[in-house]
Amino acid sequence: MAERGMGLEIPELESMAKRCRRNIVRMVYGIGAGHPGGSLSAIDMLTGLYGHRLRVDSDNPKWSDRDRFIMSKGHASPGVYSILHERGFLTEDDLSSFRKLGGSCQGHVDMKWCPGVDFSAGSLGMGLSFGIGCSLAAKLDGSDRTSWVMLGDGELQEGQVWEGVMSAVHHEIDNLTVIVDRNGIQNDDFCETQMRMFDVSEKFASFGWAVMEIDGHDMAQVVDAIDWADQVTGGPACIVMHTVKGKGVSYMENNPKFHGAAPNEEQFILAMEELS
Amino acid sequence: MSAPSGGGASRDGYGAALLEMLDDDKVVVLEADLGKSTKSCLFRAEKPSHTVSLGIAEQNMMLVAAGMSTSGYVPFASTFAIFTERGFEQVRNGIARPNIVVHLCGSHGGIHTGTDGSSAQSIEDLAIYRTLPNMTVLHPCDDVSAKALTLALRNHDRPSYMRTARNKVPRSYSDESSNELKIGKGYVHRTGDDVAIIACGVMVNEALEAADLLAKSGIQATVVDMHTIKPLDTNLVTELAKRCGALVTAEDHSIIGGLGGAVAECLVSHYPVPLERIGVQDRFGESGGSDELLEMLNMKAKNIVDAAQRAISRT
Ligand SMILES: Cc1ncc(C[n+]2csc(CCOP(=O)(O)OP(=O)(O)O)c2C)c(N)n1
Ligand SMILES: [Mg+2]
Repeated sequence: MAERGMGLEIPELESMAKRCRRNIVRMVYGIGAGHPGGSLSAIDMLTGLYGHRLRVDSDNPKWSDRDRFIMSKGHASPGVYSILHERGFLTEDDLSSFRKLGGSCQGHVDMKWCPGVDFSAGSLGMGLSFGIGCSLAAKLDGSDRTSWVMLGDGELQEGQVWEGVMSAVHHEIDNLTVIVDRNGIQNDDFCETQMRMFDVSEKFASFGWAVMEIDGHDMAQVVDAIDWADQVTGGPACIVMHTVKGKGVSYMENNPKFHGAAPNEEQFILAMEELS
Repeated sequence: MSAPSGGGASRDGYGAALLEMLDDDKVVVLEADLGKSTKSCLFRAEKPSHTVSLGIAEQNMMLVAAGMSTSGYVPFASTFAIFTERGFEQVRNGIARPNIVVHLCGSHGGIHTGTDGSSAQSIEDLAIYRTLPNMTVLHPCDDVSAKALTLALRNHDRPSYMRTARNKVPRSYSDESSNELKIGKGYVHRTGDDVAIIACGVMVNEALEAADLLAKSGIQATVVDMHTIKPLDTNLVTELAKRCGALVTAEDHSIIGGLGGAVAECLVSHYPVPLERIGVQDRFGESGGSDELLEMLNMKAKNIVDAAQRAISRT
């Protein structure tokens, strides 16, 4: 049976996140396409989850009692691939296959192609429903495995998300945590312009979720929030993490242009300097 | 047209046509956070008052468009082809059933969309929208014809679905020839009596290339751009069946239910002749370059040539 997390302290998690950031930018630059912004905003939490909490086994990716991580905003695939590399699921060569013909690192995370990926995403709004299914099945099995679903803040605009939010409370699903990456930006522009989401925590709370807000780039807060979510009983937990889209690369930070665009050569070199 | 001489992507033609309708205060444009991709962003920049941003919520967009339509507006709503499917039942019950004029555009259709991978590559949109009564289904091949057909929709009296493509291909039309385009009438690009290749979208270019290759081995092919999948130009298909005796369809779509399916249905009812269908063979796509994927899925000009020879040998 696998262990929870990798037994790492905060400073080790922080340097792991930095290595992941470099791999995210490398992957996107390498193929000239992909989504750096939402990968960089999510990566500290992904590092917290895989480095501190998730019980998964790279020698046995389909182990039935593994915790499930569901990346609902599947375009943030470079983030997922970089952390699966740290956790031993993917090799450097796999990372270089990003978006290439036959590669395990498809454009959007895909459970048919990539070991360690539990959900085929790419169409926003579907992951929470899937996570609820995984959690209900865990309860039926009498298993202590848990499900963790990451949603984008633009993604919250999909009606299906709120169908899921409602049903998780109705079924008192307490082996499920949602993490909202509240970076304030979606595809075309800022959420403020596209579709205002107002107070996300209040929305989840009004449906009956336990909610915690954190700075998603403060590793101590990330780890605390994960531990908090584990303690929540009687219903689902939601961590709303305030983040900066493109975090760690100056010209990508809070810039809607780098939702789905690759850096040019000069920008790539600058990013690598900033992330060294 | 702004696209470089290398060719044009049909989605650019959609954006250009919307710009031509700026003076028309009845035209409204609806977006679901993909305006930069479908090119409705061009209209938004010029006329924000008539552009409605609906966020990442396609199902909602469909009925908002329907409501505006019954209040006298002509809505042009767009997102990726694949995400229009998220609102399919809304289109079926909320738009097609009451026959409300909403023009839906799905960009980034087909495997040609490339490295995004299978979740973004709609290969079933033409098939599903074709099953809806009242719907017109279009799939132009380049920017010039997409512009002409989008403009033609302004006075079209039925709901429509138009699929556009992300990537540029060599142009098949000039501004002049695109003036001859009519919804519901296939456009004959080239005439030959041995075999007819009926294509749509990015495959029109492959079909024209295939006709050149076939001519080198003495086979004369007709090439049709069947930009309207529904209503299908059954007169033209039947005439080609009689004259050429062998047909090939070519589409960046599943071979089930799309252009190939529509032509097959027409042939069995009117004039059965051998038909070979080039397209995606009942599988999902994957990440890769557009051309790499066409190659891997046997959808290049050379595969159309082989299919033409197979169809002829079956006569
Ligand atoms: C159903 C659906 N509609 C549209 C898209 C296209 N799309 C991909 S990413 C994106 C923006 C997502 O924004 P957000 O959820 O905030 O993600 P993040 O900022 O974390 O990258 C959009 C509209 C999609 N993938 N799925
Ligand atoms: Mg966001």
